[in-house]
This record gives sequence, C-alpha cells and structure tokens, in this order.
Amino acid sequence: MRRIKSISDLEKWKENILSKQKRHEIIVSVCGGTGCQAYGCQKVKGAFQKELTQRGMRERVALKVTGCPGFCEKGPLVTIYPQNIFYQKVKPEDVPEIISETIENGRKVEHLLFEDPNANRKITSANDIPFYRSQMRLLLSRNDLIDPTHIEDYVADGGYQSLAKALFQMKPTEIIEEIKTSGLRGRGGAGYPTGKKWEECKKEPKETKYVICNCDEGDPGAFMDRALMEGNPHSVLEGMLIGAYAIGANKGFIYVRHEYPLAHKNAEIAIQQARKAGLLGKNILGSGFDFDVEIAKGGGAFVCGESTALIASIEGRVGEPRSKQIRTVKHGLWGKPTNLNNVETWANVPLIIEKGSKWFSSIGTERSKGTKIFSLVGKVKNTGLVEVPMGITLKEIIFDIGGGQQDGKRIKAVQTGGPSGGCIPASLFNLPVDFDSLTQAGSMMGSGGMIVMDEGTCMVDVAKYFVHFLQEESCGKCLPCREGLKRMGEILDRITEGKGNEEDLSLLEELAEVVADTSLCGLGKTAPNPVLSALRYFRPEFEAHIHQKRCPAAVCTPLIQYSISESDCTGCGACAKICPTQAIKGEKKQSHLILAEICSKCGSCIDVCKANAVMVQ
Amino acid sequence: MDLKSVDLIVDKYQEKRTALISILHDVQDRYKYLPDTALKMVASRLHMDINEIYGVATFYKSFSLVPQGKHSITLCLGTACHVRGGPKILRELKGLLYVEPGQTTADRQFSLNVVNCLGVCAIGPVMMVDRKFYGEMNPIKAKRIIEKIDKNNKNNKNKKRNGVKS
Repeated sequence: MRRIKSISDLEKWKENILSKQKRHEIIVSVCGGTGCQAYGCQKVKGAFQKELTQRGMRERVALKVTGCPGFCEKGPLVTIYPQNIFYQKVKPEDVPEIISETIENGRKVEHLLFEDPNANRKITSANDIPFYRSQMRLLLSRNDLIDPTHIEDYVADGGYQSLAKALFQMKPTEIIEEIKTSGLRGRGGAGYPTGKKWEECKKEPKETKYVICNCDEGDPGAFMDRALMEGNPHSVLEGMLIGAYAIGANKGFIYVRHEYPLAHKNAEIAIQQARKAGLLGKNILGSGFDFDVEIAKGGGAFVCGESTALIASIEGRVGEPRSKQIRTVKHGLWGKPTNLNNVETWANVPLIIEKGSKWFSSIGTERSKGTKIFSLVGKVKNTGLVEVPMGITLKEIIFDIGGGQQDGKRIKAVQTGGPSGGCIPASLFNLPVDFDSLTQAGSMMGSGGMIVMDEGTCMVDVAKYFVHFLQEESCGKCLPCREGLKRMGEILDRITEGKGNEEDLSLLEELAEVVADTSLCGLGKTAPNPVLSALRYFRPEFEAHIHQKRCPAAVCTPLIQYSISESDCTGCGACAKICPTQAIKGEKKQSHLILAEICSKCGSCIDVCKANAVMVQ
Repeated sequence: MDLKSVDLIVDKYQEKRTALISILHDVQDRYKYLPDTALKMVASRLHMDINEIYGVATFYKSFSLVPQGKHSITLCLGTACHVRGGPKILRELKGLLYVEPGQTTADRQFSLNVVNCLGVCAIGPVMMVDRKFYGEMNPIKAKRIIEKIDKNNKNNKNKKRNGVKS
C-alpha cells in the first residue's frame, strides 16, 4: 500500500485499483456478517476458494467477503456480479453447481433463488425482492460490494473523496453549515441536530478537543451499528475525519461494545490500513490536518451507551453517568470539549458532503431528514436490516418489507426504541416513522430496533422483561432508578405469577411517574416507558392476568397448563420423544398424556405435534 | 501463577490508568478470568487502590473474577430472542447443567452466561458456544449441542453432572 500525500495521489490510487479490478470478469460476494457466520458462511467461502483455485479461475473471478446486506433471515447470502444474481441459504455443497452453472455458463441455479411467497415465482436480482424493493439503501448498499478488510474496495467506490472535498474545498464553518442545513439528526435515538452539536463544540476555546464514535449499541434487538462497523468501517472513519476537521479535534475514539468482536476487529483493521495509507495521522492528504483514532472496548454495561457514562468508561472508570447541566461539548473526555455521535450519524456525513445538503434534506419528512436503518426482528416473516426514508409508515415496514406475520399468528404490536421506547399497537401502524411521531404515541424511534410481536407475545411479560433488564443495567447511582425499578419488577413478577391484585396497576403507574421524574440520566428517565405504553394500549392483558389469572398469549408459565386432546392425538409419539423432561407418557398409536408435575412447559411438544393435539390453557 | 503476561500487558498500555478497562480485557483474554493476584499486580503497577480496580472489574459484566469452564455457553436474551422463546432455552440449559447464569458446572466443563443482546437478532433466539454463533435455537437444539460437546469429551463419559460452582 502506498502512502497518500495529496488529492492527486488519492485519484491515482483509485484509478490504479479500478484498473486492477477490471481484470476480474466476475465477482462472487459472500456475506461475512455475524448473522451469516452463524449459518456457516465461512465454509461457503472456503468452498468457493477451493473450487475456484482447483479450476484455475482465481484470475478471472474475484471472491469477496462483504459486510451484511441485511437479509439475515436468508443467509448465507451470495451475490454474483455483474449479472447481479442473488442466491440465498447457500450451503458449501451448492458451490460447485454455482461455479459450473452460473460462473462458467451464465445460467441461474433455480433452487437457490429467492421465491416470492405471494406470486410463487423465483426472483433473480435482490432489487426485485419485496424485502429490498421498498428500501432506500444509501448506507447499506455499500455493504454489498465492499470487503471491509480491504481499504482499496472503499477507495474504488469513491471513498475518502468527501474528505478530500472537505479538506480542500470547504472551510470548517462551511462544513458545519452544510451539516446543519442537511437536517441530519443524531441516529443514536435522541435526535439532536448534528450540525448544531458540532457548532457548539467548535465554539469552545480549548485547544484539545475530541470526537467519539458511539458503537455501544446496547438496545436489545438493534444491530444497525454493528452491520455498519463490520461492513463499512471506513465510511465511519471518513465521517469522523470530516467532523474532527470541522470541529478542530485531532484525536478520536471509537467505543465498541465487547459483544461485537467482528466490529472491533474490522474497525481495528480499517484504522491500521487508513494509517498506513496516510489517511490517519499527521498532515492528512497534505492539508496540514492531523487526526488519529483509537478503539476503546466496552465491558458489557448497557448504561455506557449514555454519553457521559461512555466517556467515564473510556477514561477507565466505572460507567456512571453524570448530570448534563454542563454538556459534553464543553466538558467531556478528560474535561475537554468532546463531540460524540453514533455510528450511523458518522456514516451519513461523507454522503452529505459528497451529494450536498440539499439532496439529503430532500429525503424524509420536514423535521427528520435522510434515511434510517432499522433492524426488523421478532415475529415477522422477513427479518433483517432495512434502510428506509424517514416518514415511511410502520405498516409499510412491517408488511411490505417484512412480509407480515410469521406463522399464522396475528401481529399485534411493534416495540421500538429499545428499553427506552414502548410498544405501538397494530391500530397505530399508519404512523409515520420519524423522530417526533413515535414519541407522541408513547414510544420513540430510538436507535432503530423494531421488534414485531404477535398474539403469542404476552405484553405483561414484555413489560416485565424490560423492567428487569433496566433494573439489572441501572448503574445504581440514583435511588429512584435503582429501587423504583426493582419494586416495579416485583409487582410485575406478582402479576405474571397470578398473584396480582387490584391496586397493582395504579401503584405501577405511580412508581413509573416517580422514576421518570426523578432519575438523573436517560436510562432512568425513560425506563418506565415500556410499562406505561403497555398499560396504555394493552391494559386488558394486565387485567386478565390479575382478575382471571389467565395469560391470553399463553406465555407466563405459572398461569398455563399443557395438555393433549384425546380426540386429536394420533399416538405418533413425536412429543414423547422430544420432551426434554420425559413428561409425556402413552403407548404407540394410543392417546398420550402430559404429566403436569414434571412438565417444564417448554412448548417443544406443540412444535412437533402434526395433529395440533397439544393444547395450552 | 505466572504473572509475566500481566507485566507485558501493562507495559503495552504504558502504565496508563485510563487504559484500565483495556488492560483488564487483555488480562482476562490471557487467563480466561481475572485472577486475584493479577488484579493486585495491575493495581501496584498503575499505582491505584485495589478497591478501585475491583470496582471497575465488578461493574462491567464482561469481567469474571472466578475461573470459567472449558466451554462457554452464552445465551442471548435480547428482546427479539426473548419474544422468540429465549427464556425456554434458558430453562432447558439450567435444567441440563444444574447451574444458574453466571455459574460454572462443578466439573468445570461449562460456564453458562446470559447477555442482553449479541446483535444477531434477525436469526434469534441466538446462543453462542465457544465463540461460535448458533441461530434459530430451541430447547431441543440446545440440548443436542450440549450433549454433543459432552460426548466428544471422552474423560467425562458417563459422568453425571451435579452441583454448582459459582
């Protein structure tokens, strides 16, 4: 790798890479994201490597391991370019067929194509698949073609051109003005205007300033930042470089949670390669601007996603938040002005500089601009990452992109905003998704987790889950959060065990109010949201638990009982074989019986029973 | 215990107090947990109070002050995994291993941990065994994975598991 000392060097480098890439007639791109890894994409890649080498095709065919294209449900994913053929659920044994059919003869391998369940037809290109069709993949589309461990791929795709533009054609104040007029708001959840934050940090007179990238994606059910950091770390670095130049910072940190080993690894590789290329370090591109980035690893504390706690953690201390009366842009890391943005926010910056604020602000709604990546998960047919323009309705995301319900159970709610958000009922699915609309509905857009819930999800159980989650993650600094959540958890435990009483719901509401009003940081202030929103929209479910001692979704184990319908049971014995506690007895071809005292209520029998004879009451 | 590695790790971070969390991560990677003697050594090298180090080591969930089992089982209980049946898998694992989350089996074979999100939500429920991810889990699959590891472990054949070591 050469050292890039000027814009013309960067241009030459890009030309050079592009001419080398031209040698490859065909590109095989295998998704290497964590999701596809769980499905064994490493073996698929290995099979390609072996087959291509054996057939002497390595010169002609490029094999790339890319970041996550988003459709995790169907992994491992393989795309063949330039034909743009999208193969899903690829196994290592499919590889010889792909090579001899598609690569050597240009024919499609039908059984690996995606099948549209509504139209019963095979779809060749990813762009025609309903999951991708309604998306606007400004950020994620770059994941499809870039090998995150090769800076050359990013440079060939126009990478670091925005940095060059910012350094040589724009003044720092102009960059900030551009970001301000673009309307970009913080993607971490709070939605603070990014340009305004930069401006406030720039105004501070101190000499040393820092920029931080928050990759402590703690919200359960959200993994957009992981996908970006794993799949395209250079776009985040480029964003940080531009921001640091605008603000006047020379040092940056990327705070990565320890649960994301691949994101950590790819970010580390990206930093090393950028340093080697001279894109980090002293006198970047000959502009006189110095900047370097270090990675700080999290320790598995949810509260460290909060800016002041995150800063404490980088400083090597216990991650306790502090009062934000003095903001981090004035007094942040080691007391110096610090600008902290989320991964997705940083990744948007190069795009805005490249295409202009006018273009960016033409996307989205009046107060929420651009696109947002959501992780669409839970009880929905197509799960994965979706990038959509702000203002699209929940219905479009869940039904058009997500394909609707998963296994015959009606979708009743979607949980957004993680533990700080709430559940939005299906009756409000026409709401547009932006920073303000979901807040009015008692939830929030948050960082982008969207967990779909159906009739098999108990809302009391979900509320209990979040309260226990937050109680465990509360740093313990303030009493209302530490003790209040504990008591709320106890009340919800009681309700789900069938021991709830009349006053419990009003007590819950009262406690929730106190916790929200008197906690110091965002964790405590928003902690009651999941409970309050569940009570607001799903009160009858709470009442069923309290008055009828019944869990309508059949989730709360103390309130349910499994049994086998004598008339429906065919005596196949599948349930008895699968039962982990051997609680099912019965002779072959005779009706079976569940012994209630041994039954662990795991539900395995329901899943295997072909006659639908297992009942839950 | 050979503490030379601790020295090297502290050297690597130039005795910077602010690198404490990174130092602890490296120590844990080396010893698979944070041994008492190693922490004392870190404290003396960084000129810090040992209590402060314990404060940090116990605040962050990823650190363990007790030795871990040969195989680590990490079950994700994030929201997506929760609604897709994560708790049922936890019940199965607890019953199978006779341990609570955060504990290690008495034969030191398995450590069971739960985390709040592994970020592989689209294919939940997710379980990670020795850094390998398994998606779309259910109690039966979980049981099979444990049994397979147990089977491969010849020394452990026919040995019944009981008791806990926390």
